[in-house]
Amino acid sequence: MTEKIENEKLLAMYKSMVTIRLFETRVSELFAAGKLPGFIHLYIGEEAVATGVCAHLKGQDYITSTHRGHGHLIAKGGDLNMMMAELYGKRTGYCKGKGGSMHIADVDLGILGANGIVGGGPPIAAGAAFGIKYQGGDGVVACFFGDAASNQGTFHEGLNLASVWKLPVIFVCENNLYGISVSQARHQNISDVADRANAYDIPGVVVDGNDVMAVYEAAGEAIKRARAGKGPSLIECKTYRWRGHFEGDPTPYRPKSEVDAWMKKDPIPRFEVALKEMGVVTDEGIAAIKKEISEKVEAAVKFSEESAWPALQEILDDVYTGGSVAV
Amino acid sequence: MRTLTFANALNEALRQEMRRNPKVYIAGEDVGLYGGIYGVTAGLFAEFGEDRVKDTPISESAIIGMAVGSSAAGLIPVVEIMFVDFIGVCMDQLLNQAAKMKYMFGGKAKLPMVLRTTQGAGHGAAAQHSQCLESWFMHVPGLKVVVPSTPYDAKGLLTTAMRDGNPVVFLEHKYLYGTIEGEVPEEQYEIPFGKADIKRQGKDVTVVATMHMVHKALAAAELLAKDGVSVEVVDPRTLTPFDEDTIIESVKKTHRLVVVTEEVAHAGSSAEIAARVADKAFDYLDAGIKRVTAPFTPVPFSPVLEQEFIPSEAKIIEAIHEVLGKAVPA
Ligand SMILES: Cc1ncc(C[n+]2csc(CCOP(=O)(O)OP(=O)(O)O)c2C)c(N)n1
Ligand SMILES: [Mg+2]
Repeated sequence: MTEKIENEKLLAMYKSMVTIRLFETRVSELFAAGKLPGFIHLYIGEEAVATGVCAHLKGQDYITSTHRGHGHLIAKGGDLNMMMAELYGKRTGYCKGKGGSMHIADVDLGILGANGIVGGGPPIAAGAAFGIKYQGGDGVVACFFGDAASNQGTFHEGLNLASVWKLPVIFVCENNLYGISVSQARHQNISDVADRANAYDIPGVVVDGNDVMAVYEAAGEAIKRARAGKGPSLIECKTYRWRGHFEGDPTPYRPKSEVDAWMKKDPIPRFEVALKEMGVVTDEGIAAIKKEISEKVEAAVKFSEESAWPALQEILDDVYTGGSVAV
Repeated sequence: MRTLTFANALNEALRQEMRRNPKVYIAGEDVGLYGGIYGVTAGLFAEFGEDRVKDTPISESAIIGMAVGSSAAGLIPVVEIMFVDFIGVCMDQLLNQAAKMKYMFGGKAKLPMVLRTTQGAGHGAAAQHSQCLESWFMHVPGLKVVVPSTPYDAKGLLTTAMRDGNPVVFLEHKYLYGTIEGEVPEEQYEIPFGKADIKRQGKDVTVVATMHMVHKALAAAELLAKDGVSVEVVDPRTLTPFDEDTIIESVKKTHRLVVVTEEVAHAGSSAEIAARVADKAFDYLDAGIKRVTAPFTPVPFSPVLEQEFIPSEAKIIEAIHEVLGKAVPA
């Protein structure tokens, strides 16, 4: 490790990972119980990526997220109550129930939204980075996307623009080896998405996406570069999603042995071992953290259950700034 | 006759035409190994192999462009865009390439291709996975636009689409896939484009409805029949070409028109239908034309708002009462 990370930060990172895991696990149960409508894409197994990147971000920094966005939101400081209420479609949710899982956003926290359009993020991230640069700030944008999203034209257009204008953005590829049912080997002719950085003459690095410290380190360098006006980087995090593409996906396209092998590389116990070795936390401390977080998740469920549905007339609100228009 | 779900009727149309015509192939995201996100292409990968049922990368522009190029080169592609909402990613290949080539090239190109996609609300899939965009495609000369509502129509219209010789946008309402079952002949058959179907005969009011809304209109008609109101339900089945005659004949008989679509009203397919009737059958109308559509908003996620968004039987009945109430007594 190049820089020593303060204990407080390490603990915050650990809590972020555990929060994502426990939140998502609870969401999976709620979906199975028929409480949550629509499509739910869970981040379980990939917690180290969002956490390692967002640990560097400050209030004025932005992220763009994906359909698999809960982890990014939690890592960027999203409020569990408002997230959970949005998944329920309640009016107390982040989007007043209008958006649901695929559209949770908190612009005040710099979260420019989960996104239902694969590849929707990179150009938006370049735009937010342009906004920062134009206004003379030292903020950065972290753009999350999947391996399969890197086959969209928008990915290439976003990277090209960001590279030629030297925009302060880092592109973070979460390579979990699949785009829904299609394995990486069947959707692209390369095994490292990071190779695509060459086409734009920007740094491209591959990291173990289940090692939060490795992600943290790589993201740190890219962000330092971006803040210094040297332009974007592409970081590819090798990881795996434990669940189906969406909740309810029977996953006929991948062998159980593959899932089992990746579950052995669980990023959370791995970080626990490192933290204990560094003396940052004890077994009792870990148990206390898990208990505290699961209580927060339960509180978010209770909050959501008790929240009201949106009123029917709210359907017309927020289409335009300045009120609805006559049509 | 045996019955099939809407999804299985589509599947059978694809399977039978692929057996008959080796030029037909399928491409799209997760259409092969996985059989499509809604199972419409299930089993085709196993039967026809990966040369004819192709899983593509997530690259919608390439999917449509490949259909354009390969149809120009002699094949009959049936490509899938997983949700119509993703058409924004690849609209150029459809709007400026597929639709216009024949005309721009002085008639020389022939582009037999089918773009299948799913649209519509009702699954809590929110603003980027639930839209109805038929009017976008209707607005483009060079495209044909198909909007089936029943398994029988779905199979026959898809068979026609694969033999039509033009770029056809084939819209499937996702709510219908598993919920609507109906009689479907085992053999192949074609349903000609541009022929509306009278789904229920009536004499007091004409309701023109499309896709999911055909079923809502039929349910409303059933309820109103108990009050002695006789509703005729007409399903255009294709929006381009458009069967004006059947609708106008119906209005000449009933003198009242309600148009029901899940699209928004503003510049929507309902506007086109109402304008045609106002133009050609004004003198036969005994009341103003009413439209029942979604409000002018994106599709909201929350189930309570989504139900409010989708035109309901109650709103259709209200509109029918309105046109009847305003009727000039004969
Ligand atoms: C433009 C567009 N095309 C297709 C989809 C359907 N879709 C949703 S997620 C997904 C796979 C995305 O794979 P990847 O980018 O690797 O992210 P992952 O789900 O693996 O996290 C697909 C095809 C979509 N939402 N948007
Ligand atoms: Mg992936």
